[in-house]
Amino acid sequence: MAEVKRSDGRKANEMRPFSAKVGIIPNADGSAMWQQGGTIAIAAVYGPKEMHPRNQRDAEKGTLRCNYNLGSFSVEERARPGKNRRAMELDKIIEWALLPVLDLDKFPNQVIDVHIQILQADAGTRCAGINAAAMALAHAGIPMKEMVSSIGAGKMDKTLVLDLTKEEEHYEEGEGPTDIPITMTASGKITHMQLDGKITPKQLKEVIEMAKKATKQILEAQTKALKEALD
Amino acid sequence: MMETSKLTAERIKKYLKENKRFDGRSPTEFRNIEVETGISKNAEGSARVRIGKTEVIAGVKMSIEKPYEDSADQGNFMVTAEMLPLSSPRFEMGPPKFPAIELSRVVDRGLRESGFLDFKGLCIEEGERVWTVYVDIYTMNDDGNLLDASALAAIIAMKNARFPKIDETTGKILYGEFTDKKLPLTNLIPMAITFCKVGDKIIVDPTREEEDVLDTRVTIGSSHGIISSMQKGESQALSEEEMHQILDLVEPTWNELFKKLEKHIK
Repeated sequence: MAEVKRSDGRKANEMRPFSAKVGIIPNADGSAMWQQGGTIAIAAVYGPKEMHPRNQRDAEKGTLRCNYNLGSFSVEERARPGKNRRAMELDKIIEWALLPVLDLDKFPNQVIDVHIQILQADAGTRCAGINAAAMALAHAGIPMKEMVSSIGAGKMDKTLVLDLTKEEEHYEEGEGPTDIPITMTASGKITHMQLDGKITPKQLKEVIEMAKKATKQILEAQTKALKEALD
Repeated sequence: MMETSKLTAERIKKYLKENKRFDGRSPTEFRNIEVETGISKNAEGSARVRIGKTEVIAGVKMSIEKPYEDSADQGNFMVTAEMLPLSSPRFEMGPPKFPAIELSRVVDRGLRESGFLDFKGLCIEEGERVWTVYVDIYTMNDDGNLLDASALAAIIAMKNARFPKIDETTGKILYGEFTDKKLPLTNLIPMAITFCKVGDKIIVDPTREEEDVLDTRVTIGSSHGIISSMQKGESQALSEEEMHQILDLVEPTWNELFKKLEKHIK
């Protein structure tokens, strides 16, 4: 079976170059940047702090609140400032991706805010946002059972691929594109998975395997950046 | 971050009586300014400005729209600002609050009224098609003086901007593809300088702590000694002498800033 040729010359299972930086927003309790190819996400953590409004307090444990914001000039056609339905869904998706590794029992009635700003978008912004947010939470000293790492996997025609670009998300040949963002913990648990396209269960199992290898590499970069910030 | 304490407020004022500030600056001295351009590749132009620990980013996006009837041969211009909760524990989520609205409006007026942007140079076909230039500002870290930082980031992002390509058959913009053509800008660089009255002293470039104790502030957009926009903010009054003192500081402070930033804004 002929493999799809990627316009930037990458192999099917090859990610774009990525980089990480921790401690970029002095006001925040924790902050980090994740760049993956042409996508740049910045995350800042504030808290744990008292939850307002009061009626949203959880007396059992702390609350995680995520806020994803796509910069108006991060995309080709200007995005209107403010929250749309996509961003509202992503707030929740990101919260779900992070919650399984957080230990919030020690923070009853408190809230931890995670703000994510997309500075430059070339697909995979939620994954870059999750990678940055996980580092920012660790940087803020929030107790975590393990890290989470996220990658946009997928399929172009019949070829399973990693880390699609915006251009690749619009691939028009054969079976077209399938986007599968996946977030995994260091021990390989899945905390977030979405899919948009067409794929068989068998292929999807292979995609998960690819994503697992990719998130291991991402985890290494996250850990390295956190260590650098602590030195 | 807590509000600045009463004790700190008193010490700021006491120091200023001897023309001293916590960070060793004179009353009319700016903090160190750092500038980066081209920080977001999908924007027609973009810039990051740091003044001390304060950081602001600005980006330019352009589109083709129908002109307003009363300015059929002129392009449109719009400035927005978001004071991101990412940038300060004091900023809340939700629709823009007054400070963000004031920020965008003061920056907008400074840029619009100065003659910096040639609106007629944005006309493609009179009465039919003109360029709209959007300048969007995001605060990244607030340690005071977001206003001057925002105006500067907007100016530098506009200087950095190139027109996008247009598909000649459909007349539509080919986003992501750029020409070499720059925005029609003049040398009237409308830098904004905010003068703050703290006790009986006038200072520039306040830190967040200093902003907490100021009595009133006046933001002045000017270029080469010509003032083109002004905003007095906060509820205390200024004496005529104090306003004179501020007006006398406009040109020398602008010149000082211009010297520091010349390579980015010329």
